Amino acid sequence: MIDDIRAAQAAALTQVEQADSLAAVAALDTRLLGKQGELAAFKRQLGSLETVDEKKAAGQAVNEAMQTVAAALEARRDELGEAALQARVAAERLDLTEYAAAPTRGHAHLVTQAWERLEDVFIGLGFQVAEGPEVETDWHNFEALNMGEGHPARGEFDTLFVDYAPDGGTEGRTVLRTHTSPVQIRTMLEQEPPIYIVAPGRVFRRDTPDATHMPVFHQIEGLVVDRNITLADLAGTIEAFTHAFFGPGFSSRLRPSYFPFTEPSAEFDVQRPDGSWLELGGCGMVHPNVLRAGGIDPTEWSGFAFGFGIDRMAVMRHAVADLRDMYADDIRFAAQF
Amino acid sequence: MKVLLSWLNEYGDFADPTDADAVTRLADTMTALGLAVEGIDRVGDTVDGVVTARVLRLEQHPDAAKVQRVYVDAGDGAERHVWCGAFNMQVGDVVPLATLGTTMPNGMTIERRGILGIDSEGMLCAADELGLGTDHSGILILPPDVELGVPYGEVLGLSPDVLFDLDLTRNRPDCWGYVGIARDVAAQMGVEFRPPRPPEPDWGPERTAPVELVAGDRCGRFTSVVMSGVEVGPSPDWMQRRLLAAGMRPINNVVDASNYVTLELNQPTHAYDLDTLGGGGFRIRVANDGEQMVTLDGETRVLTNADVLICDADDVPIGIGGIMGGLDSEISDATTVVAHEIAWFTPLTVLQTSSRLGLRTEASARYERGCDPYIIDTAHARFAELLGQSCPNLVVHAGEADERGPSLPPQERSTEVRISEVNRVLGTSLTADDLAPLLDPIGFTVSGSGETRTVTIPTWRPDSAEEIDVIEEVARHYGYERVGKTVPKSTVHGALSVRQQRRRRLREVLLGLGISEAMPNPFLAPDTLAKAGLEGPTISITNPLVVEESVLRTSLRPGLLRAIAYNESHRATGVKLFEIGHVYPPGTGELPDEYEALCVVLAGQEAPAAMAVWREIASALGVGARIDQGRVPPGLHATRSATLQAGKEPTGAVGEVDPAVLQRFEVQERVAILELNLDEVLGREPKPAQWKPVSKYPSSDLDLAFTLSDDVPAEKLEKAIRQGAGKLLVDIELFDVFRGESLGDDRRSLAYRVRLQAADRNLTDADVAEVRRGAVAAATKLGAELRG
Repeated sequence: MIDDIRAAQAAALTQVEQADSLAAVAALDTRLLGKQGELAAFKRQLGSLETVDEKKAAGQAVNEAMQTVAAALEARRDELGEAALQARVAAERLDLTEYAAAPTRGHAHLVTQAWERLEDVFIGLGFQVAEGPEVETDWHNFEALNMGEGHPARGEFDTLFVDYAPDGGTEGRTVLRTHTSPVQIRTMLEQEPPIYIVAPGRVFRRDTPDATHMPVFHQIEGLVVDRNITLADLAGTIEAFTHAFFGPGFSSRLRPSYFPFTEPSAEFDVQRPDGSWLELGGCGMVHPNVLRAGGIDPTEWSGFAFGFGIDRMAVMRHAVADLRDMYADDIRFAAQF
Repeated sequence: MKVLLSWLNEYGDFADPTDADAVTRLADTMTALGLAVEGIDRVGDTVDGVVTARVLRLEQHPDAAKVQRVYVDAGDGAERHVWCGAFNMQVGDVVPLATLGTTMPNGMTIERRGILGIDSEGMLCAADELGLGTDHSGILILPPDVELGVPYGEVLGLSPDVLFDLDLTRNRPDCWGYVGIARDVAAQMGVEFRPPRPPEPDWGPERTAPVELVAGDRCGRFTSVVMSGVEVGPSPDWMQRRLLAAGMRPINNVVDASNYVTLELNQPTHAYDLDTLGGGGFRIRVANDGEQMVTLDGETRVLTNADVLICDADDVPIGIGGIMGGLDSEISDATTVVAHEIAWFTPLTVLQTSSRLGLRTEASARYERGCDPYIIDTAHARFAELLGQSCPNLVVHAGEADERGPSLPPQERSTEVRISEVNRVLGTSLTADDLAPLLDPIGFTVSGSGETRTVTIPTWRPDSAEEIDVIEEVARHYGYERVGKTVPKSTVHGALSVRQQRRRRLREVLLGLGISEAMPNPFLAPDTLAKAGLEGPTISITNPLVVEESVLRTSLRPGLLRAIAYNESHRATGVKLFEIGHVYPPGTGELPDEYEALCVVLAGQEAPAAMAVWREIASALGVGARIDQGRVPPGLHATRSATLQAGKEPTGAVGEVDPAVLQRFEVQERVAILELNLDEVLGREPKPAQWKPVSKYPSSDLDLAFTLSDDVPAEKLEKAIRQGAGKLLVDIELFDVFRGESLGDDRRSLAYRVRLQAADRNLTDADVAEVRRGAVAAATKLGAELRG
């Protein structure tokens, strides 16, 4: 009987070997190992054996055969499963370079890109971002900034005036803001010091468009008002900004200049790693008259302000030769960035 | 301001013009003082190989009408022949000859190139060809009695020099004169400052050109000194060269001396021929409205009663105060007696008159910034000293007229300066004793002792008045670089506001949808809004550059439609653009009702594409709005557009642009559009959503298809199904819309998949049937019919 069992085992293993699908393996599983299966049949015949020893030996042989066949079936199942997955993967081949078409994402305006980069740098330096209206009162745009009626510096702004006159008011007192500085005044009037803000925004001048001028352009303005703010703090803040925005190889300097709304006033220049200088913007200690106009006591608080052009940052970064191209809204231009 | 180094060196030993390092150091010093050096030009260099030569004879060649043959002697006795295209020289003139092999400043090398087979042995030079100004009207004629064959630079007295171009700020009128610059630089460099100290004139017999000062509120001081023995002729060469370097044309010794004083002392002066001065004196008054006079440049000027007129004693206008003299009062060759006039006008008067007349002169530029009203006596003496060099018989008469008006600033002005305040503003640790060494050399005289000092402000610094002004002077001369760099310890938390964060998220959503950002001009032509179908009041620029850009936009739409048309005309179709920007409708308050808006335009797309953009924005920003197709926004497609209504106020518009508007903007494609008022959308942040437990029990789906009249919005049907279905509904999706003949012309089929789920139990068949009954009943009330 043991010989029969061995023969049946061998035959079963051959069948398992030849099974060519998972379904065939499942059918074999039932036929060979099931309760009505070929090997189970030997178990039922054990009772017909004479001796206990014979029964024991044959029973052991049947169990071994069943285990061997079960293991073979499991191995064959794994083998075929793996092959089926491989076949599926092979059949699913895609050429991904067919999907390398142009990206569909839209393009942020270069001014926005520079604007947000600047905002992020100043946020990192502890500044908040303030905003204000683009149509402004003469008072916010000039008078509160220490440029009273007839101040000669007013003439340098090439102001655009609008015909808006509030009820009972007179025309000629409403302007398109010529700089972002009125946001300083609005911020000081709205909140108590300490004030650490930057004010990016759109500004207007009566300038004929050319490669480096637009009548509508963008500036960013900074204002700090706190206790014991000094000219050295201004120089240090400009330096910190220079490192953060341009990179560690850049440095900055202040040199004396004149603005009605700051005193002492300065121009600030950035030195490139090659030693050349870039004239960036104006800055200075907030003039006591401006603090007063903002409702702040200049004997208790002091502050500094600075400002420069955003458009120039944008065209410099991308080497745009003509400012007008940046405002043409030509999709072929926008798609480059 | 152009500054010639050799001239500046008159007032201090600043730099050797041939020492490039010293020149650079001087330029850096000036820049560090706030006198920004914009340009450094080497001047006075001569061209090697160009020598003096005398014209021996001139000959015309019969076949060459545009050139002539010139024979010259270059000192070696030989007769050289050159071709020349200029005809201004005569036999005997000395001219510059560029000899063979000379390389000219423009890079050209002089060769023996001939015409008609006749060689030229060099080239005669015009002034501009030698880098001497811009004159190309003829060959430069040199002084007659000079050695021949020597470098032309020797006979012209040319020597290497440097011309600085300074960009001066409005607060430094003193630096519009050489002396002001020299004072500042000498103080900083520790160099001895040598201002001109003209000797007191040897007063001649009393002779007065009297002054009647009527307009004393605009003219603070008016003086005249009579000088006789004047012989009008050319001024000395050195003076002419300096004036030329400064961009002033030499006229004669009287005018040149006046101009020289202007440049040196920042004090305009004017000399009148006393013999032709009506009444022999002056009367200073404001003009009558509409009064006219002809200025030196030959223009007829119409004046107002805001302008100061200098008149003669007979009240005939002879000059506009502080700006320009009249045509009839010029010095002539016959002049022998002058009334030398120096005045001080209020800066605002000169600024306003010169702006209104569009007339800017050397004088007006100085007066409008502010001259020193107390340098006048020095300026008279300096003028006399300079004119005396060419008029040996000059007599300066006693009897100066000196009239003063109420607008004259006080001579003595001072302010208290606290050293604590200096250090508080600058971040320095100076002591009060440090002030005098920094300030005294620039004329701010420090006196007193203790922590607060009195500083007297010099009369040439009208910009300076208060403590903070003096602190700026301390900073300049202490050195901005020495102040150091510290960073304030901000106690403020740097961050974007909620609105700014939401604006960035909005922009990211739009970019992610493939829409690019545009920034069109916010100024429109007067008819542009009407073309876009947008009516309503607008604000206009009163002084626009061009009328096509004179109206402030009340909508972003026209700018973007123009951008679509522009791109289409460059073969870019299907362009998707958005703008986030301000619009400026008028209002009733102090300022217009300016607000921030969004406009999205999708060329070549239909209204559902705009709806899809709106859905993304609404989801990303947590906002919602009712889509009211009963209210068609102006300028949009009548049957494919809706007002977005949040609360009582419309918050935007969605749909397609009216085809008539597209035609007017010459846009070929359809344009889907979305417009939002961002004050509404960005201004409010929704409350954070509160957690609801996710049901552990299985869900069940129910499909319901209805036919519904086109008059009833699908939104209403969905709302009815939701209400009819009750609390078990957790989700509803419109998964199919079908129109077809079988349904009739004005009906469509809307198929919804409704997902049902209970929070606390398994659903039963009865539950589902109940929901179905409720939903169908609610839909039927709207006129919907359940299909199949």
